[in-house]
Amino acid sequence: MIKVKIHVTLRESVLDPQGTAVKSSLHALNYHEVQDVRIGKYLEVTLEPTDRPIDEVVKEMCERLLANTVIENYEYEVEEAVTK
Amino acid sequence: MKFAVIVFPGSNCDIDMYHAIKDELGEEAEYVWHDEGDLSSYDGILLPGGFSYGDYLRSGSIARFSNVMKEVVKAAEEGKPVLGVCNGFQILLEAGLLPGAMLRNKELKFMCRTVGLRVENAKTMFTSDYEKDQVIQIPIAHGEGNYYCDDATFNELKENGQIAFTYEGTNPNGSLGDIAGITNAKGNVLGMMPHPERAVDSLLGSADGLKLFQSIVKHWRDSNVVTA
Repeated sequence: MIKVKIHVTLRESVLDPQGTAVKSSLHALNYHEVQDVRIGKYLEVTLEPTDRPIDEVVKEMCERLLANTVIENYEYEVEEAVTK
Repeated sequence: MKFAVIVFPGSNCDIDMYHAIKDELGEEAEYVWHDEGDLSSYDGILLPGGFSYGDYLRSGSIARFSNVMKEVVKAAEEGKPVLGVCNGFQILLEAGLLPGAMLRNKELKFMCRTVGLRVENAKTMFTSDYEKDQVIQIPIAHGEGNYYCDDATFNELKENGQIAFTYEGTNPNGSLGDIAGITNAKGNVLGMMPHPERAVDSLLGSADGLKLFQSIVKHWRDSNVVTA
């Protein structure tokens, strides 16, 4: 089995109202060193290896469903050989 | 004229939409479940508001892959009127039938109240019964109506007259250019966050939404019904 760890985040050009609210809250807790907070999503996808290259499959899943590339970027890492 | 009201798991404005068409507009309407595979017998397609699939992942992102959406795309390509309200708008964006995407409201609050809408383009098949720059009163009820697109797309929307409605006065959600509703380039697909189907009877606050549906019917009659 293959485990893929996917991070989906808002693009830099897009304002993140949740991140801004959390930043204010951290400032209220006296963490004045905090410059920016961006909130995103983390997904773990476990899949069976197929004939198709894993990068191709994961990118396709991200582009079609997991991320909306109008507003979001995605990054992923592949962990091979997860035993059941 | 016969309308399809598409029902997804989690739709909750489908009954309002049906009522608006059937009882207030006086046209035919039928509910169509999301896994149906044929919309050829309908003249207009309505995607109601709600929280399809619990808004999981992103609003509209899962509904967009429903079986019926292939048919909605086909209907849009054939030039039939397709109206998406609130979650319906979000689904149309996710499906790529309209450009751009939705973000959380700027103030992070779910906004539920009646707002003023300015009719920016009164020449579409959805707005011809209004006057340009007319301000109408229509309720909103959403947490993710903060419309976003890149600069190039925004300029295209402006140049092509694809911005149908903007918020008048205070922008409730932070949407780009105060956008409340846009059409596709061809003009037969409209997505809007405010709920015209909730404003079809003055006894219930406002009947300003009725003209939107009357515009659709008028357009359809003009292009489909030959008078003897």
